[in-house]
Amino acid sequence: MTEDLPLTAEDVAEIVAILENSGYREVDIATNRFRLRVARGDGAEAGFTQEWQWAGATGAGEADTGEAAGAESDPQAILAPLPGTFYHAPQPGAPPFVQPGDSVNAETVVGIVETMKLMNPVHAGRSGFVAEVIVPNATMVAKGQALVRLA
Amino acid sequence: MIRKLFIANRGEIALRVIRTARRMGIATVLGVSEADAHSLPARLADEAIVIGPAPSSQSYLVIGRVVSAARDAECDAVHPGYGFLSENAAFARAVTEAGMRFVGPDITTLEGMGDKLAARRLALEAGLPVLPGGEAETAEAVQARVAETGFPLLLKAVSGGGGKGMRRVDRAEDLDSALAMARAEAQAAFGNPAVYVERFVARGRHVEVQLLGDGQTALHLGTRDCSIQRRFQKLVEEAPAPAMPENARSAIEDAAVRLARHLGYRGAGTAEFLVDADDFSFYFLELNARIQVEHPVTEAITGIDLVEQQLLVAAGKPLGLTQAMVRPEGHAIEVRINAEDPDADFRPSPGRAMRAAWPAGPGIRVDTHIADGGEIPPFYDSLMGKLIVHGATRAEAVDRLADALSTLAIDGLPTTASLHRRIVADPRFAAGGVDTGFLVGLSGGPGQ
Repeated sequence: MTEDLPLTAEDVAEIVAILENSGYREVDIATNRFRLRVARGDGAEAGFTQEWQWAGATGAGEADTGEAAGAESDPQAILAPLPGTFYHAPQPGAPPFVQPGDSVNAETVVGIVETMKLMNPVHAGRSGFVAEVIVPNATMVAKGQALVRLA
Repeated sequence: MIRKLFIANRGEIALRVIRTARRMGIATVLGVSEADAHSLPARLADEAIVIGPAPSSQSYLVIGRVVSAARDAECDAVHPGYGFLSENAAFARAVTEAGMRFVGPDITTLEGMGDKLAARRLALEAGLPVLPGGEAETAEAVQARVAETGFPLLLKAVSGGGGKGMRRVDRAEDLDSALAMARAEAQAAFGNPAVYVERFVARGRHVEVQLLGDGQTALHLGTRDCSIQRRFQKLVEEAPAPAMPENARSAIEDAAVRLARHLGYRGAGTAEFLVDADDFSFYFLELNARIQVEHPVTEAITGIDLVEQQLLVAAGKPLGLTQAMVRPEGHAIEVRINAEDPDADFRPSPGRAMRAAWPAGPGIRVDTHIADGGEIPPFYDSLMGKLIVHGATRAEAVDRLADALSTLAIDGLPTTASLHRRIVADPRFAAGGVDTGFLVGLSGGPGQ
């Protein structure tokens, strides 16, 4: 069993009280497990903030929620408006929204991205013909990832 | 006694449960999805076990995987948190059959409260007021109910929650199409098309009562007001319910305790009421048989750790509290900081918080799993953290909230913090006692 969780809300409030009565603006504590910075905030009121950093807890390498690099350079591509799961059809077994060769206009829905249990329609954004549906059905996509290419 | 606790949840509530369990000397095992394997709660639990891929339908919601992970880790109890499987009677049964304690009420209570019509009947048995209305299978039956309710009325899903399958009907000629839509939505969301009819209260407040029971006796920990909502989901919660006569408040508290005693309620639960903002008449809505997101405001004014009470009752101990020992002090307000863009119709904004500077100081509590660099995956709900302030008076709490929100700084994604700054600056909020239509009239705020 690891040691106690560091610093309750009451502990942090005590640190603030000590700081407030001192000439210092901030306290920066670093251990091998965490780093805590308590400082006067940026706001006009002289409130304090707490900022935590945890060793190894920053979820490194989870590219699936980040911005896609380079994909937006393809001017013919329709990009994911937000990260999530890309679906070709409104429900399993239903025909896809679009197929190669279909003509689309700005308002045409070309797919949906499910994010945080909400279904977000992806609009073509301009007129054209579908050249390729790039991303397979039910695939995780990053924000800005190319989903469908128009011709 | 509980020795090793399995936590079947994620995010801030997983961390919240770990904190109290640790203080009580209980070891913790967290079941995580692959997306949460490096989350803060996964690092701070004594053990973390991957129970499945990122989508909750393949991890947090799979009863078999959760129960076998808990059993394999040799846990003797399971805390379900809120959401996910927390009120699922089949889950509670599977946990019990695997020889572990379920931190929650009896299976029969979960069954009774999961069906809103059954809950309504139980409340009537306990002598609680409910809104005029009732079951209505067909258009003719709904027409017959109209005689009791009048217009406007609400159609609600029997198995419902989260606003799905809910429809307001203002005119008789809209009834047939609204009924068809509500039934279709209820079928899609809950697998049960049944709906019921209730009178619509024009200026309603959402007031709830925190309950604790041990199966023999029950008591209340006062009221919370959660009237500020969007899409029937809460954004701001406070305790006690403000701008309400003391006798109205105690009538609601007494009714909630009557229901808990009638059910032989065990554990922590919340009875929700709709309160008429003009005359304070109140109607029972539902009983949530779990810990609530907004429980910290009650903890702030009572000094009682609700998760500790849950764990003690689950371990078989009688309540160590009496009603006379519960002495609320001051006023507390919680705001939910969600990864959503309030200026774009609350569009979800998953991603990474490059920097997360949360407020700190006397009377401030922050429950969050998001530190600098923290990840908000796109698979789950958008709650990043809860800012809770406590003051000697409501005015002091509102001032403290305004100051705290002015220092809060989340970089990397839009959050609801900007909306909360507008709410706290609104004179109607400062006055207290707003109704559920508040957000519509917020200056510069989103329409509904």
